[in-house]
Amino acid sequence: MEPATQSFWATPVGWTIGTVAHILAITVVLLLCIAFIIYGDRKIFAGAQMRKGPNVVGPFGLLQSFADLGKFLIKELIIPAGADKAVFLLAPIISVTLALGAWAVMPVAPNWVVSDINVGILYLFAVSSLGVYGIIMGGWASNSKYPFLGSLRSAAQMVSYEVSIGFVIVTVILLAGSMNLTAITQQQAGGFWNWNMFGGGFPHNLPLILVMFPMGVIFFISSLAETNRPPFDLPEAESELVAGYAVEYGSTPYMLFYLAETANIVLMSGLMAVLFLGGWHAPWPEDYLATWPAVLVSLHGLFFYMAKTFFVFFMNAMVRAITPRYRYDQLMRLGWKIFLPTSLVAVALVAGWRVYA
Amino acid sequence: MALQAIAFYLLAAVTVLAGFAVVSARNPVHSVLWLILSFFSAAGLFVLLGAEFLAMLLVVVYVGAVAVLFLFVVMMLDVDFAALRQGFARYLPLGLVVAGILVAEMVMVSTTVATRGAAAANDTPNASGAVDVTNAEAIGRVLYTDYVYFFQAAGLVLLVAMIGAIVLTLRHKPGVRRQVMMDQVLRTPKTGMRILDLKPGKGIGE
Repeated sequence: MEPATQSFWATPVGWTIGTVAHILAITVVLLLCIAFIIYGDRKIFAGAQMRKGPNVVGPFGLLQSFADLGKFLIKELIIPAGADKAVFLLAPIISVTLALGAWAVMPVAPNWVVSDINVGILYLFAVSSLGVYGIIMGGWASNSKYPFLGSLRSAAQMVSYEVSIGFVIVTVILLAGSMNLTAITQQQAGGFWNWNMFGGGFPHNLPLILVMFPMGVIFFISSLAETNRPPFDLPEAESELVAGYAVEYGSTPYMLFYLAETANIVLMSGLMAVLFLGGWHAPWPEDYLATWPAVLVSLHGLFFYMAKTFFVFFMNAMVRAITPRYRYDQLMRLGWKIFLPTSLVAVALVAGWRVYA
Repeated sequence: MALQAIAFYLLAAVTVLAGFAVVSARNPVHSVLWLILSFFSAAGLFVLLGAEFLAMLLVVVYVGAVAVLFLFVVMMLDVDFAALRQGFARYLPLGLVVAGILVAEMVMVSTTVATRGAAAANDTPNASGAVDVTNAEAIGRVLYTDYVYFFQAAGLVLLVAMIGAIVLTLRHKPGVRRQVMMDQVLRTPKTGMRILDLKPGKGIGE
């Protein structure tokens, strides 16, 4: 590149254009992925129940999500008479903004990240803890009993499971020695035996597999609770609360809620891939990449990142298909009496290992 | 630096306006929502100061946990607006006095910060320390070395508060049948059922 173009990208205008283009690229690809992930979710769910699932729109029903999008967009927007109009409309917008904004720090491939900040993992944690506001505001503003019950359930549930997610994240931070997601990914390079799930760093940290493997499982289960997925979908339990916080929503606002929910599920799957499954690294030593051009290395990384994310999402979808819903007191018991003490002990063990071993 | 200036004025204006809306909103739930916005913009101001770790903690702790509980409680309370407004004139002088004292204190603190006050004499570790040390590292180095006793004392205070809250709300109700998961899991066909040989026309006779 010539120096002239270099300096243009360094000016405020150039920087703004470049960053906006980067954000747009990530968002568009993400939304496309979400369209097909919703389709995949429904197909997996149908397959587990020996149904066909969506199979009419496009080949194999592949375009079903786009048909649904059109349907949601052209439906009439109904705001209940007693609703708090501003908050009612603000809630889904906040939900979807947070769900998409969280992707700003996600390293999807080597050097492919919008904002490579030092506190990336804390940022993700903060944004995912804000996600509860969309649901609470939506449930409250609907001015109706079922949405309100759903939003209260959701608030208690998300706050409870955030605690254990926080401690699991602390174990990973201790292993990596950094809160930067790129650094956490790089620390797991060189094969699947170096992934945090398996102790993070093969011969030396191998005993930590006894701690980190359960931590990965706890993170996965907590992420189900955090995204209101079955078996923790009490905020929208259709057999008791009809659809929980989303009862009064229809057309575009409902679509935004649905989009935010799916984006959060994909985000949690991606986070699981970065924190425990080595992010963009292949499950074998990557010495051969040294001779590859930079673009191919990035695509290689993107492929493995997406493969891992989809694998975690597949497990997520299978859990939805095969587990019955938790009772509310059992959900609280699992979060506070089992996950919290376990992850707390794990933090102490990993910290001790880092200092003394 | 133009971008930073724009960001600062935007965030500062939003913080102040949201703070004003907290006290002027008629609906208490709206007040809490404005409070959340003001927390969030304050976190943005922290980022502009280069204290991204504190900003994230502010969002995680205050916005993500404390304000959720606020909202939770305020939503469930049925606040009577007429009763709230009744005492307005009576409490106004007291409120004005408190506000005046607060304003005076904040002016004093800000002038001290501007002239660096007592800290002007000794250089802070952040100013003299290496540039490549991250926020979290810098705070950790000070917190767990020089101020470790204060840190532990703060932890003890929180522990006492937590135990106090538990003691206040803990009550033992007699006669409650609790679910014991372990018993359920350890139940086998042998302990869970018995096979009786019943003669026709006769019950179990228990």
